[in-house]
Amino acid sequence: MKAVTWKSVAEGAMVPLATLVVWQAVCSMGWVNAHVLPSPLAVAEKWWAYLLPLTEYDPASQSWLGWALSGELIIDSIGSLYRVLMGFLVGGVLALPLGLLMGSSNLIYRWMNPLIQVLRPIPPIAYIPLSILWFGLGNPPAIFLIAIGAFFPVLVNTIAGVRHVDGIYLRAARNLGAGRGTIFLRIILPAATPYILSGVRIGIGTAFIVVIVSEMIAVNNGLGFRILEAREYFWSDKIIAGMLTIGLWGLAIDAGVSRINNHLLRWHRGLDH
Amino acid sequence: MSSAIEIRDVHKRFPIPGGEVVALQDINLTVEAGEFVCLLGPSGCGKSTLLNAVAGFSQPTSGTILVDGRPVTGPGPDRGMVFQEYALFPWMSVAENVAFGLDIKGLPKAQIAERVNVLLEKLHLREFRDRYPKDLSGGMRQRVAIARVLALDSPVLLMDEPFGALDALTRRSLQDELLKIWQELGKTIIFVTHSIEESIYLADRIVVLTYRPGTVKRDVRVDIPRPRDSGTNAFNELKRELAVMVMEEQHRHEAAEQAGLTTD
Ligand SMILES: Nc1ncnc2c1ncn2[C@@H]1O[C@H](COP(=O)(O)OP(=O)(O)OP(=O)(O)O)[C@@H](O)[C@H]1O
Ligand SMILES: [Mg+2]
Repeated sequence: MKAVTWKSVAEGAMVPLATLVVWQAVCSMGWVNAHVLPSPLAVAEKWWAYLLPLTEYDPASQSWLGWALSGELIIDSIGSLYRVLMGFLVGGVLALPLGLLMGSSNLIYRWMNPLIQVLRPIPPIAYIPLSILWFGLGNPPAIFLIAIGAFFPVLVNTIAGVRHVDGIYLRAARNLGAGRGTIFLRIILPAATPYILSGVRIGIGTAFIVVIVSEMIAVNNGLGFRILEAREYFWSDKIIAGMLTIGLWGLAIDAGVSRINNHLLRWHRGLDH
Repeated sequence: MSSAIEIRDVHKRFPIPGGEVVALQDINLTVEAGEFVCLLGPSGCGKSTLLNAVAGFSQPTSGTILVDGRPVTGPGPDRGMVFQEYALFPWMSVAENVAFGLDIKGLPKAQIAERVNVLLEKLHLREFRDRYPKDLSGGMRQRVAIARVLALDSPVLLMDEPFGALDALTRRSLQDELLKIWQELGKTIIFVTHSIEESIYLADRIVVLTYRPGTVKRDVRVDIPRPRDSGTNAFNELKRELAVMVMEEQHRHEAAEQAGLTTD
């Protein structure tokens, strides 16, 4: 990994800071209606209030930590991340074995592929009506939608990963006495991990998009729910605070996944360490 | 001494659109146990096809191949293969690559570790044991590949242009190392190359193949005592003699190329 220097941090901060300054100036000058575009300071203030617990600390009825984490923003974040995780797990756990099977058996590939190709272009959003019909309201329809969003990227990449395993590794393994099971577990699976992990990364990104949408229709907490709720009260500062939170979580998740990938693929060419 | 490898009346044809390629025709070849044999010839003459048939990766169209008296039906650890492309598993460290063949046999961990250490020592890889293949030079990678097949203790080594991608100096030092290992362990080796010099430096016998169909053109015994010096008369005489044979086949290859018959 590249070393982080003060110079690179300063350089990276330049454009975001300038944007904030211009935005603040535009608001302070009164060039825009504060309901339409609140100033960055107003957004920051709201974001802080959104983060803080709603009630006073009461040692009799709760622990300090429980109180400190009782703010709306934290509850919403936990709700959204929980749905992303569950949805991704359901989608990924179904996609991985199916992808491995379809990648390694031509017969299964020929049977399954037409169905996959028909279903794949349907955006997860289009499943919303069906998800409510099937699962009602609450977490289940949201997790269903997220699972669909995560399923296809993981599936498609897993299939490609298995199909692209270089034949020379298979020949070398057979020559060294490996049977089918060993070849699958110790050759095909690791050789396919670069593809699988890039599918995981795309899948988690999709899950994160779908969670916001699903919260706008099916549940009554979460970051997606909160910004839609704020619109009903014309709280534009809260809308933007919520959006920024979504953006920061997205960034953090992607950075985390990419760190895990770099570790798992430390043997792979073309990664900067 | 018994024959380690017997190749009897082997033919190999590949179907291609609108016909077939006769890659091997009527190959008869016996390799004694402990012999070092080079297969020599221009590109496309069937060297890899023959080696792959001995390795068991592909079956001849007709004819039989016996290794230690038993017909070859598939690949197996009694015939260790070293590939030009190294074929190391990039997700395994050097030590894990070398241990792979022993690991899948289910040997006890301590025994594997000991054997791996001996091999890493032998091929001067000790400091590199925890590196991944991507962090090694070509010469180092090929050392790992050699250690990996030696781990199996197979009596036969099959090597398909193993040093073809290496620079001249690295190549020479690996050739010396291979000769040392061969003399020490008494392996039977079939070594494919299209370098005349390499074949004279290494082999007990050089088998020159013809281009399409692939047949045995000449089977030459090399009687020059080792270590062989490319400056001596005997070396250069043999080199000239082989060059004439190989160039004849090279010209047939080029003629086929110009006639648009091949893209080899
Ligand atoms: N799978 C195949 N299908 C069709 N033709 C093939 C196939 N494999 C090899 N051939 C042909 O068989 C002939 C022998 O090929 P082979 O790879 O054994 O040559 P080689 O002597 O190893 O050449 P090189 O020095 O380039 O490795 C060539 O003319 C090649 O075009
Ligand atoms: Mg070849």
